[in-house]
Amino acid sequence: MSLSEPSASGRFGEFGGRYVPETLVPACQELEAAFRDAWADQSFRDELDALLADYAGRPSPITECHRLSEELGVRVLLKREDLNHTGSHKINNVLGQALLAKRMGKTRLVAETGAGQHGVASATAAALMGMECKVFMGEVDMERQALNVFRMKLLGAEVVPAMSGSRTLKDAVNEAMRDWVGTVENTHYCLGSVMGPHPYPWMVREFHTVIGKESREQCAKLLENEIPDVVTACVGGGSNAIGIFSGFADTTAELVGVEPAGGAAVGRGVPGVVHGMKSYLMQDEFGQVQEAHSISAGLDYPGVGPEHSHLSSIGRARYEQVTDAEVIEAFQLLSRTEGIIPALEPAHALAWVIRDRAKLAGKTVLLNMSGRGDKDVAQMMEILG
Amino acid sequence: MSASLADEGLVIPDAPTEPGEFEHSLRSLRDSGRKLLVAYVTGGLHDEWPDVVRAVADAGADAIEIGIPFSDPVMDGPIIQEASELALHDGASPVTVLDTLRTIDAGVPLAVMTYYNLAFHMGHERFASSLYEAGVRAAILPDLPLEEVGPWARAADPAGIETVMLAAPTAPDERLPRVVARSRGFVYAVGLLGVTGERDALAASSLVIARRLKAITDKPVLVGVGVSNAQQAAEVSQVADGCVIGSALMRRVVAGEGPAGAGAFIAEVRAALDAS
Repeated sequence: MSLSEPSASGRFGEFGGRYVPETLVPACQELEAAFRDAWADQSFRDELDALLADYAGRPSPITECHRLSEELGVRVLLKREDLNHTGSHKINNVLGQALLAKRMGKTRLVAETGAGQHGVASATAAALMGMECKVFMGEVDMERQALNVFRMKLLGAEVVPAMSGSRTLKDAVNEAMRDWVGTVENTHYCLGSVMGPHPYPWMVREFHTVIGKESREQCAKLLENEIPDVVTACVGGGSNAIGIFSGFADTTAELVGVEPAGGAAVGRGVPGVVHGMKSYLMQDEFGQVQEAHSISAGLDYPGVGPEHSHLSSIGRARYEQVTDAEVIEAFQLLSRTEGIIPALEPAHALAWVIRDRAKLAGKTVLLNMSGRGDKDVAQMMEILG
Repeated sequence: MSASLADEGLVIPDAPTEPGEFEHSLRSLRDSGRKLLVAYVTGGLHDEWPDVVRAVADAGADAIEIGIPFSDPVMDGPIIQEASELALHDGASPVTVLDTLRTIDAGVPLAVMTYYNLAFHMGHERFASSLYEAGVRAAILPDLPLEEVGPWARAADPAGIETVMLAAPTAPDERLPRVVARSRGFVYAVGLLGVTGERDALAASSLVIARRLKAITDKPVLVGVGVSNAQQAAEVSQVADGCVIGSALMRRVVAGEGPAGAGAFIAEVRAALDAS
C-alpha cells in the first residue's frame, strides 16, 4: 500500500474528520479546495520545490552512522532533516502552507508551537513572504525553550503565552484555534503537524512526503537491498514520521513510530475527539483530555495525527514508547559517537533502537533525524549538570 | 473498512418534523409575543450552582443551558474557560453534573452545552439517555458541525434530545438552510467571528445573521456569543427571537456574586427584553 488520500469526509479508516466550530467549517472547506487546486498545479509545485531547494537547502542527505552502528550492532542511517534551514523538518510544511495562504489571499499566519521549531519555521516563512505571524506557545514551554521564543521575536513574530490548562502544546493549539475563529477572514491557521481538522492531516503529510521520496531514492543507491529493514521516527502529532513513512509504506520495511511514555496516544490512548479530529487520545474515564508529560516539549501532546491511529489499527505501523531517561541516554550517545547533537524529539526514536538493539541486530534502520539539538542544550545542561 | 463507516460524517439523518418539547416550549412563548432569554450556567462550579440555576429561572430565563465542563473548550473565551477549569478542579464530571441536575426542579426547559468528546466517550445512546433521565431535553455541541452530527443525531433524536445547531456569520447562503433544517430546539445564531465572551458593543454581524436566519425559518432564532448586557440583549432581540447570555452571567458567578447576583442580572436583562 502507499498512503492514500483520506475519504471525502476527511477520514483515514475511522479516524480524522472535521470536528470544528461551525464558524470554521467554510474556512476548512475553502482550504481543502485551495490545496487540492494548488497541489495539482505544476507552477505551485515548482515554486515550492524551488523554495525547498534554494531556501531550505533540500535535499537533505542520509548519513551512515559508522561508529554508532558498530556500538549497537545495528546499521543506523539518519535522514538529516536537522540540516534544513531553521533546524528541523518543520520548514517543509510551513513553506507549503505559507505559499498556499498567499495564493488564497491571506495576509496573516497564526500557529501553535510546542518546542518552538514549528513556531520558528512559521515565523521564518512569514518573514520570507511578508506576512504577519502570531505564535501561541504554552507558558511552560516558553520557559524551557526561551531561545526559540527569542528567535521567533527576532523573525518579527508575536509570541503569545497559552496560560490555560497544562500550558503546553495542547493549550497552544486551543488558543490558535480560538484566534482563528475570530480572524478567519484574513488569517490562515498554519498548523504544525498531521493533526487537526480535514484537510490538515492530509495536507501536512503531502508537504512532508518530500522526506520519504528523497529517502527512498537515497536508499536505493546506498543499500544493496534498496529498502531498509526498519524505518523509524518519533511521534508527537506525527508529521516527521508520516513524511518518512510515506516513502516506504508500499515496501516490506517495518514502520515504527516512537512515542514518549508520558504522551503515548497510540500506546495508551483510546479513540476520542479533540482539536478537530477523531484519533487515539489520552483521556480520563469521562473523556476529559489528559495532560501529557515528556522531557520533549515537541512531543508533549496527548493526541496523535489520525493517520497514525489508522496505520496502527490496520497493523501497517507499530508504535513503541520510551522513557525520558532512555531519551537522555540516546541524546548523549549520538553526540559522542557521531558528532551529531540531536533534538530531544528524534532522540526518542534512537532511544528505541538502543533499547531493542538485540532484536534489531544485523538489520538496517533508517531513522528520521527530524531536528537538531541546539534548542535543547540549555535544558540538557541543567539535567546533566 | 466499510464505506459507510469510513464516511459516517457524510450521512446526516433528517431532523424529525415535529418540534420536540424544548422547541415547543420556546415556540409557544415566542408566539405569545415574548422575547426569549436563555441563560448559560456552568455545571459543577461551586456547591451553590443548583441555586444559581433556580435563581436564574426565577428571574425570568425561558430556558437554561447547563455547561458540562470540558478540558479543552475551543469555542469558549476566558470567562467560560475559567469557570470550566474551576469546576473540573472541584471534581465536576458529566456524571456529577447530571446527578445533581436530576435534583433541581428549575421549572424551565434545560439544555446542556458541552463538547462532543464527552458524548463520544460515554457512547451516544448512553449519553443521550443520561441527559433525558436528568431532565435535559436539548444539547448544544459546538465542535460537532453539520457534517459530523450524523452518528450523534441518530442516537439523540429517538432519545428525545433536541440537538441545537450553530449558524455562523461565515456560512454561505447555500449552507444556512441545511444547518437550520437539522437544528432542533432553536437555531443558535453565532453573533460574531470569535469565541464566547463579553464585548463592549453588539457586533453588527449579530443583526445580519439574525436577519438571514429569520428570513428562512420559523424555528426560534436566538443570538449568542458576544451578547453582554441588558441593552445589547434588547438590541439584538429587535431582529432575533431572543438571545443566549453566558459569559456576562458567569463572570458574576466566578466573581462570587452568588445566586442573588446571578438572579439580579438576569432580572435586569428580562426587564429590558420585556420593555423592548
